[in-house]
Amino acid sequence: MPLLEVQGLTMKFGSLAANKDVSFTVGEGQIVGLIGPNGSGKTTLFNCVSGMYRPTAGRVTFLGADITGQPMYKIARMGLTRTFQVVRPLSDMTVLENVMVGAYLHCSDSDRAMETAERCIELCFLEEWRDRPAGAMTIGNKKRLEVARALATQPKLILLDESVAGLTSTEVKEMVSVIVKLKEEGKTILMVEHIMEAIMPISDKVVVLSGGVKIAEGPPGEISRNEDVIRAYLGEKYSKRVAMANAETEART
Amino acid sequence: MVEPAGKNRSVEGRVWIALVAALALLAVIPGAIGNRFYAHVLVLILLYASMAQSWNILGGYCGQVSFGHSVFFGIGAYGAGMAMVKYGTVPWPGVIIGAILAAAVSAVISWPCFKLRGHYFAIATFAIVEIFGRLFLVWDWIGGALGLDYPIMDDSWKYFLWSSDKTGYYAGALVLFVLVFGVVRRMERTRLGYYMRAVREGQETAESLGVNSSLVKLMAMALSAFFAALCGAFFAQYNYRVDPPMVVSLDMSMKFVLITILGGMGTFWGPLLGAAVLIPLQEYTRTYLASLGPGVDQMIYGLLIIFMMMRQPRGIMGFIGEFSGKAGKTAKKGGDDNAAS
Repeated sequence: MPLLEVQGLTMKFGSLAANKDVSFTVGEGQIVGLIGPNGSGKTTLFNCVSGMYRPTAGRVTFLGADITGQPMYKIARMGLTRTFQVVRPLSDMTVLENVMVGAYLHCSDSDRAMETAERCIELCFLEEWRDRPAGAMTIGNKKRLEVARALATQPKLILLDESVAGLTSTEVKEMVSVIVKLKEEGKTILMVEHIMEAIMPISDKVVVLSGGVKIAEGPPGEISRNEDVIRAYLGEKYSKRVAMANAETEART
Repeated sequence: MVEPAGKNRSVEGRVWIALVAALALLAVIPGAIGNRFYAHVLVLILLYASMAQSWNILGGYCGQVSFGHSVFFGIGAYGAGMAMVKYGTVPWPGVIIGAILAAAVSAVISWPCFKLRGHYFAIATFAIVEIFGRLFLVWDWIGGALGLDYPIMDDSWKYFLWSSDKTGYYAGALVLFVLVFGVVRRMERTRLGYYMRAVREGQETAESLGVNSSLVKLMAMALSAFFAALCGAFFAQYNYRVDPPMVVSLDMSMKFVLITILGGMGTFWGPLLGAAVLIPLQEYTRTYLASLGPGVDQMIYGLLIIFMMMRQPRGIMGFIGEFSGKAGKTAKKGGDDNAAS
């Protein structure tokens, strides 16, 4: 039985369908990458799975239980925690306090919550910032805070929404090593990523969305050779570049 | 204001114990309190600090600004008043019933109100004051517009009434103050305390971490209303009477809000500092500037708040932070949290 199963998920905003009949599974211990061009419905799908949106149609099953349309806090309590693409630090609280909010999910004792929080802070390279207000950090640190905070809830499945996007190359390396460490700890990870280069080397499986529809699913090696994916995703960039180059040569002649 | 970490907290703890000890000493030194004007001011500072701290639980820590706290204050005042006047007994059962009733009423009215966010919640609480103000005025069973006048009694702890000397009230106010502030101090380090601040800083973020934000807000509201009602009971005992406009009014609601804002919302010391500045100001202007007509104290009040909002929205605690050089590192409130994903 897969840990997470998404079946025929559709999410409509008025007449616009951000997700159309999307199905895939996430097995225990896997890192699954969810990729696709801008506006292909990745974050919407995340919001539906994590309980922020109630999907128009379809079913989300986690640990064998139907969690479709359940409130976000209940889903988090079951062991599915997400991070946000646009970071949301609890600005007026310190890094430690931010992570403790997560750690309190499975224990009401403050000392034990603090222990859990300290471990997660360490795992995400944030020790230096422990007592600093979360709102005053750099974006790279805030992104790792998102992960540390989610991790503190001791999830079985962690949803990372573009944790690498917008980071410097050093920060990207730090984040990737955090993700690898999570995998070594036995966490299952579903990650949305816009940057294919970051996701390919570490994921076991990749799901590709384009225009709200799943166009491919499979191991990274296979995906990077998939024609539909190249056309929809990589092709977009190249075709533009080719068109521009052509236009330039035409203008010159 | 970022809550200081371990070391600062133990310093804070010592300040707290020293303060309580000093205040307690005043009560036992013979003749230190007596029946003087400054004793009256001291009692009011402790009372209003406790009121503001009650409000601070919901408004400061949990970030839900309520203008309805005079309703809970009123329910508490009437609890004590009804026990004394209507049932001719000691005030204590009325105090307890009033406080529990206030918590229950707050839970019932906040259920629909918490569906509203931010400013809309605040606006809804305005309406509640109007509704309850009317209700208290026309309800004959609880004395209607005339209110409840206490019978003449001997000074005693049993009835919590004193007429010859304020030492008893001072001691009572101190107990109330230590109770409310003590609970808030404990609460700061508990799961509920963390959850309340998380809800204030980002409701969706909190929910993504498994926090049932509606329940957290409800608990903050009930706790806040419970303590506000205890303060109301003290107020009735102190004044020997209670009538509707005296307790349930926007004026009274604003005191809860303004003292906390002046002192610093969401901080432990803010409510005390706010009361320590505003109450003497209010009482002395009332006494010495009374010839200028009614409301002079309110005008000074207002000017002070405007000045504060322009200069330091974090209140007196913000100023203190500025001077000790900590506030500079503090992030602007809200910041990234308002950004949609």
